[in-house]
Amino acid sequence: MNEAVRRKSRRRSRVIPGFGLTMGVTVSMLSILILIPLCSILGKAFTLTPAEFFAVITKANVLKAFGTSLLCSFIAAAVNVVFGLILAWVLVRYTFPGRRILDGLIELPFAMPTAVAGITLSRMYSDQGIMGQFLLRFGIQGSYTRVGLTIALVFVGIPFVVRAVQPVLEGLDGQYEEAAEMLGASRVRTFFKVILPELTPALLAGFGLALARGIGEYGSVIYISGNSEKNGTQVVSYVIMQKLNAGNVDYEGAAAIALVLLVISFALLFIINLIQARAARRLG
Amino acid sequence: MNKNKPTARRGGAGKYILIAVSVLFVLVMLVFPLGAVIGNSLKNGLAYYVSAISTKYVASALRVTLIATVIAVLVNTFFGLMAAWLLTKFRFRGQGVLATAIDIPFSISPVIAGLAYIMTFGRSGWATPAVEWLNDLLGTDISLVFSVPGVVLATIFVTFPFVSRELIPVLNANGRDEEEAAALMGAGGWRIFRKITLPQIKWALLYGIILCTARALGEFGAVYAVSKTRGKTFTLPLEIDALYMSGTADSITAAFAVSSLLVIMAIILLVLRAVVEHIAGKNGKKEAQ
Repeated sequence: MNEAVRRKSRRRSRVIPGFGLTMGVTVSMLSILILIPLCSILGKAFTLTPAEFFAVITKANVLKAFGTSLLCSFIAAAVNVVFGLILAWVLVRYTFPGRRILDGLIELPFAMPTAVAGITLSRMYSDQGIMGQFLLRFGIQGSYTRVGLTIALVFVGIPFVVRAVQPVLEGLDGQYEEAAEMLGASRVRTFFKVILPELTPALLAGFGLALARGIGEYGSVIYISGNSEKNGTQVVSYVIMQKLNAGNVDYEGAAAIALVLLVISFALLFIINLIQARAARRLG
Repeated sequence: MNKNKPTARRGGAGKYILIAVSVLFVLVMLVFPLGAVIGNSLKNGLAYYVSAISTKYVASALRVTLIATVIAVLVNTFFGLMAAWLLTKFRFRGQGVLATAIDIPFSISPVIAGLAYIMTFGRSGWATPAVEWLNDLLGTDISLVFSVPGVVLATIFVTFPFVSRELIPVLNANGRDEEEAAALMGAGGWRIFRKITLPQIKWALLYGIILCTARALGEFGAVYAVSKTRGKTFTLPLEIDALYMSGTADSITAAFAVSSLLVIMAIILLVLRAVVEHIAGKNGKKEAQ
């Protein structure tokens, strides 16, 4: 506490009590529950020599899994940007019967357990499922392909984009739009020239969040993807999990792949924070 | 909500096309799967449904799921309150880093969460000797992976930032003038929290708890890594996986029957969420007037 008292003379006086207590609890819980366990992965991965480490992460199936995870998450996040923007727009700008229900349903992928979503989508998009048969008419196979995998990632990612865009759209100042329309700009032109630039940071943040979620996703994708190395439908989380299964346990390998995945996630988190901070400064 | 919100704009054909696209997207992508769970679960009739959800495996899984959820929610609510107080009532060096660190579990793979605990407390984990020493000391036999405590820890990990995330923006928006005034007048920390802060954040807190509960009930990847014994340490999502992977038509139907339990809980939580948001929104408007 003395430490805190001395420091407060430098800045504004710290009159609210509880700094020491909340700092102590927050930092120790964060360290014990999150940071130290995560560092264990780092430690385990570094028991490998650099050569071994690179051998593990450049194995054909590992590289393929990273490619699959990144590609499918990227496509799914891009699809979600389009539909997320439309959904947010409709929910904020229009009133129509059932709007509130539609708004509540957006949250469904957050609430639905990933394993349940996974087995359900897998059935729906299989050759016997309703959606699977529909896709087959266009010659597309749903389940057990990258198409199915991407569909599952669209499902888990959609709320991230909608919830990122909605508040920004709600807070948008209407006068520029009105000015643009009065000056004779068409509504489509107004949208692309006036509104879309304002929404871009939120769209990017939503895209990044959906992408980050997609890259690490496990429960909702492992059933629909089929996890075939040959068809390129193994995702990174699946490859890590395989190395934890009794019979062929390979903790070092799992840690090495997890480390690469962690670095990708942290890079994304960093970029998202940067975009949001910049947007906050512009609005602020 | 916002006076600039141009809700009642003239809507041309574009309005109806966009609404139609939205409704279609939500129906196909979100509502169909929900219906498919219920449909698949009742494929073999109601009697089979009832027998599928009343096995001893399901009972055990339900128990583990509830234990993990309750403990995770309690721990993360406590943490969320502490972290939110720290990050909004004080300014200190490293504040931004701390705020980002708390959000880490939100953006990393749940599989990594499970892996992290195995690396720490597993057979070859570096903290295992310490845990064994503690067990000897206390005369207990607690294992932190491949056990119910492991499941609890993994659940805590993935839901860690859920409560603090909801509290921090609300507390930031409210500022700290009232708390400072109370402190200057001599109120203690607990009293300030109870009389001033808690009323401001009660809806956000409830909202965070609901989200935390929803995620904890359905967590799969993290728990899958640290739980291997069906009927002992399996949660409902793991039981669903076991049933689905056994691959017979009947067991798949049983998997959907168990899934329907989780879906019902999820829908209840969604409705609660909407109710909380509705009440909180109404109160917000009243205060603004």
